[in-house]
Amino acid sequence: MVARKIPAPIVTVESEPFWNAARQGRFVVPACAACGKTHWYPRAVCPFCGAENIEWRAASGRGTIYSFSVMRRAKEPYAIAYVTLAEGPTMLTNIVACDFDTLRIGQSVRVAFGETENGPPVPLFRPV
Amino acid sequence: MTIKGKAYIAGAFEHPTRHAPDKSVAQLHAEVALGALADAGLRRDDVDGYFCAGDAPGPGPATMAEYLNLTKLRHVDSTELGGTSYVALAGHAAAAIALGQCDVALITLAGRPRSEGVATGTTPRLRDPNQPEAGFEFPYGLTTANGYAMCAMRHMHQYGTTSEQLAWIKVAASHHAQHNPNAMLPELVTVADVVASPLIADPLHRLDCCVISDGGGALVIVRPEIAKSLGRPAVKIIGAGETVKHLAGGAFDLTTSGAARSGPAAFAEAGVKPADIKYVSIYDSFTITVLIQLEDLGFCAKGAGGKFVSDGNLISGVGKLPFNTDGGGLCNNHPANRGGMTKVIEAVRQLRGEAHPAVQVRNCDLALAQGTGMQLGTRHCSATLIMERE
Repeated sequence: MVARKIPAPIVTVESEPFWNAARQGRFVVPACAACGKTHWYPRAVCPFCGAENIEWRAASGRGTIYSFSVMRRAKEPYAIAYVTLAEGPTMLTNIVACDFDTLRIGQSVRVAFGETENGPPVPLFRPV
Repeated sequence: MTIKGKAYIAGAFEHPTRHAPDKSVAQLHAEVALGALADAGLRRDDVDGYFCAGDAPGPGPATMAEYLNLTKLRHVDSTELGGTSYVALAGHAAAAIALGQCDVALITLAGRPRSEGVATGTTPRLRDPNQPEAGFEFPYGLTTANGYAMCAMRHMHQYGTTSEQLAWIKVAASHHAQHNPNAMLPELVTVADVVASPLIADPLHRLDCCVISDGGGALVIVRPEIAKSLGRPAVKIIGAGETVKHLAGGAFDLTTSGAARSGPAAFAEAGVKPADIKYVSIYDSFTITVLIQLEDLGFCAKGAGGKFVSDGNLISGVGKLPFNTDGGGLCNNHPANRGGMTKVIEAVRQLRGEAHPAVQVRNCDLALAQGTGMQLGTRHCSATLIMERE
């Protein structure tokens, strides 16, 4: 199966630390130093308490599939999914390196970075 | 303050075209504007409030106000809520009239995605690089279809909803579309046809998806005294609600839509209950969109939507809750990829008794139009409008 080419993520001043960590193979999640909560997608202002004091916490890379859909009407079918991280928030991603017909909600997955076209790698997940 | 009874829908017009390679978007806006004014029995110079959304050419209302040569404007509103904008703008127009900001409000929608060959639902699109979430969504191939599909997949997991149940929504729409000479898909389909159509994004099949069409529509909303002078059946706006639902920092439920907030707000303002409603227009970008909104509006319990829509319950003259009697977005049209306008227009036809006789709901005196704009699987806007025939 030919994997779909992943376009480079847009890197902003807010998300740059996340992508720098990704370039080093580290998966981090934003956590607020004021209220302690983790959130997704990463931003400079905590969505829960409003503090601008975000720390980047090393994540376990473990999660479970909250929902998914295999895009059939594409040159190379791919699986888009929401994965609920062990750290709390649910994030959009792709599930890779698996038989798409065996995917199910609640399945355990683990992070695996995937190359993009001329950009930093993006966090993808594969079934455990 | 309430908008209840402060404004009436006096004019409604749906463009008959479904494919308009020979017309511009501005021209289509103008044609529907003039059509709705003619329907109301009003003139262009009577318009002192103009309302449009993101489909109108140019930023905001200025380009179309000039093209239409509207010279008496004292109120404008170009709130962009995606495909549900026009459901919300009808409420905004009523509020502006209630505040004395205008007397005759014109709302227009038009577009030609079919002529322009936009592969609307299945191609990832980067809309605005300044959207802070773009870097965390675009690389993953998020499209309209697979975003809604994830809502359907989760609903099935959580509540046992089936593809066959979703298919009943399309079947009901096709029963109505067969009577609409302008419908893009007037053929009757069965549950078996829907589930046998190719998968687009699991679990949504081709026939779970709405059509792509050119076209447009317009509404004219006026003060009560003006409505009464026009001699058309009076369609009174009695309740409106709107909201945004999003991913809330990563803690969300894909089986619930913004209708769970906009709906109760509209019902409370109108002073009516779901059981009182005789006809509903429900935004049908996909079959799952209808099912989730019906639950959130309280027509059935959360999770019971699959059973509720089955066995023809949404078919006029057959079921308990006739919906989208023009064939909706699933069979009739989806002008500019925005279905909110046609939802209000068909509700107006029903309340006036001007729907096709084969689908006209008997004694239709209370109707609801519900829209979901943008992406149910990420961020979306919801608007609810309740209307009453006097």
